[in-house]
Amino acid sequence: MSRSAAEAPEQHRAAPASNPAIVVRGLEKSFGEVRAVRGVDFEVETGEVFGFLGPNGAGKTTTINMCCTLTTPSGGTATVAGHDVVRERDDVRRNIGLVFQETTLDGYLTAEQNLRLHAELYGVQSSLVQARMRQVMEMVGLWERKDSPVRTFSGGMKRRLEIARGLMHSPRVLFLDEPTIGLDPQTRRSIWDYIRTLKESEEITIFMTTHYMDEAEWCDRIAIMDQGVIVALDSPAALKAQVGADRIRIETDDDEAAIAALLERFEIEAVISEGAVTFRIPSGEAFVPRLFEQLGVPIRSVSVSRPTLDDVFMSHTGSSIRDVEESGSSDRNKIMMQVMSGGGRR
Amino acid sequence: MSTTIEPRSAATADRGGAPSEIVRVHVPQRSFASELRAIKIVWKRELIRYRSDRIRIATTLVQPLLFLFVLGSGLQTLSAASTHGVDLKTFIYPGILCISVMFTAMFSAASIVWDREFGFLREMMVAPVRRSSIVIGKCLGGATVASFQGVIVLCLAGLVHVPYAPTLILGVFALQVLLAFAITAFGVMVAARITQMQSFMGVMQMVVMPMFFISGALFPVSGLPGWLAVLNRLDPLTYAVDPMRRLVFSHLHISPIARHILDPGVTWWSWHVPALLEAGIVVALGLVMLAIAIWEFSATD
Ligand SMILES: Nc1ncnc2c1ncn2[C@@H]1O[C@H](COP(=O)(O)OP(=O)(O)O)[C@@H](O)[C@H]1O
Ligand SMILES: [Mg+2]
Repeated sequence: MSRSAAEAPEQHRAAPASNPAIVVRGLEKSFGEVRAVRGVDFEVETGEVFGFLGPNGAGKTTTINMCCTLTTPSGGTATVAGHDVVRERDDVRRNIGLVFQETTLDGYLTAEQNLRLHAELYGVQSSLVQARMRQVMEMVGLWERKDSPVRTFSGGMKRRLEIARGLMHSPRVLFLDEPTIGLDPQTRRSIWDYIRTLKESEEITIFMTTHYMDEAEWCDRIAIMDQGVIVALDSPAALKAQVGADRIRIETDDDEAAIAALLERFEIEAVISEGAVTFRIPSGEAFVPRLFEQLGVPIRSVSVSRPTLDDVFMSHTGSSIRDVEESGSSDRNKIMMQVMSGGGRR
Repeated sequence: MSTTIEPRSAATADRGGAPSEIVRVHVPQRSFASELRAIKIVWKRELIRYRSDRIRIATTLVQPLLFLFVLGSGLQTLSAASTHGVDLKTFIYPGILCISVMFTAMFSAASIVWDREFGFLREMMVAPVRRSSIVIGKCLGGATVASFQGVIVLCLAGLVHVPYAPTLILGVFALQVLLAFAITAFGVMVAARITQMQSFMGVMQMVVMPMFFISGALFPVSGLPGWLAVLNRLDPLTYAVDPMRRLVFSHLHISPIARHILDPGVTWWSWHVPALLEAGIVVALGLVMLAIAIWEFSATD
């Protein structure tokens, strides 16, 4: 990749790779009393897959809407693809692709009609529309279904088509708001395959939000958001390394004795959780041999697990992302019902 | 830059036999031409949707027949004496044409409410085009669909003894296009504020039905009780029905007394309002409502 880029005559290449695709400074948004976003700062590098992770109501959609000119910020600035989102709205719009949390396809039109309409609306050269359309639809595996009305598509197909549509005009930045919400695990997985393929095949920056922890792992870097502020920002591996401790679960013949021995010999406080002795320690795998040697209580099984992003979220906010979701569950049910009824009526 | 083609690794390129190059396109700067194109696209979409909606097409065909023949024939039995030999169906023909166009225009405008509900409005709102282009495209699209309806009713003219004279057909066609545009603009203006389909339909019915009954679509506009005469002159639809009726009656061979009673023309303090001014009122109202609709849509996030 870097070789072919070096060989090609590249005088017109727009920006050096170090130029960030998105720069956000002190961005704020209030809806009356509700302070949805309370001053966030971050930069997204060109070519990166950048994720926003946080529970429902954290302010992810509001942030994305401000970056893509749909909502006017109450304070702060945001630059996308080198253009200010307030003063150069049209320039931003020409350079971004969008996939919203709710579907925005026209169910009465065919897949092809939806994409053509989009290309025309963006003024894509008509000589290239056919080739580009074929390319993006093949990428998401929908080329064979191009003549079907979109209302006959499943939720996953619609989402894939929306990703294809968002790419029709070769945007420099693609925004995806909860691209996998309401989809089954297998479809979620395939959507992620498309996003990773995309990153490799097109020179594009991807900014996406999710409240599924496991998905955030796919991003190059993530920002963890809670109640309108970014509480942590780094690569998933680095964030987990910050938490440090791995989690070790052991099954023993005598749990009480094991807990006492752990405290006495290693100064580790362990608890019984879900029927096994559980404790946290940095570099857990390296600790396991010492555990067998020195514990003095027969061990039947050991499992070592790395910190998850939920542990990261918990270490920064004091509560688990699932707990936050549960407490806001009425809100969440509402969203799910919208998704479902929207799908049913189409 | 816009057509850069780069070789790709086999791993990503071979998916589904895709061509091995990235087709890179380019979005041009906004211009007057791009706005015109946006208007055309939004307009075209209305037509594509209408064409694929069989129920709506069927309604389009059946509704005027119902109005004209069931209502017209039914009332004829009551009123044979007072229409001075003129078929009642002929008399109410311009009114029926107007109401058909109005209903269709109303449903066309409703599509903007559906678009919002199903999210498609957003897809249009984030495109690098002006909101005004989208609103104008919507109004023109709705007006075009509603005009189809008018054309269908125009085709039925012979069945109710209205002659197919070129000036009459052209005049009525032009008038109904203006009406279709004005009503769609009204609907789009309402839709900017009212985001629920049921409320939208409620408001439209509440406005359109009284407008229809007061307009003189079903009765002559002279010799009305004072309060009704005032309401009639305030009703915008009056100024669409009246010139149409004048056009139709000018092509009929009927007694002067029948003409005088059935087609008295709209008066303001006993001044006969010219047909061109009446058409101008309809256009002006349409433009004002279009302007309000554009303003409202531009002001929202
Ligand atoms: N248009 C709006 N009007 C009022 N409050 C809003 C609006 N949009 C979002 N909010 C509020 O802002 C907060 C953040 O919402 P949102 O950005 O949608 O969160 P997320 O996408 O992370 O779930 C929530 O408390 C939500 O109720
Ligand atoms: Mg959201």
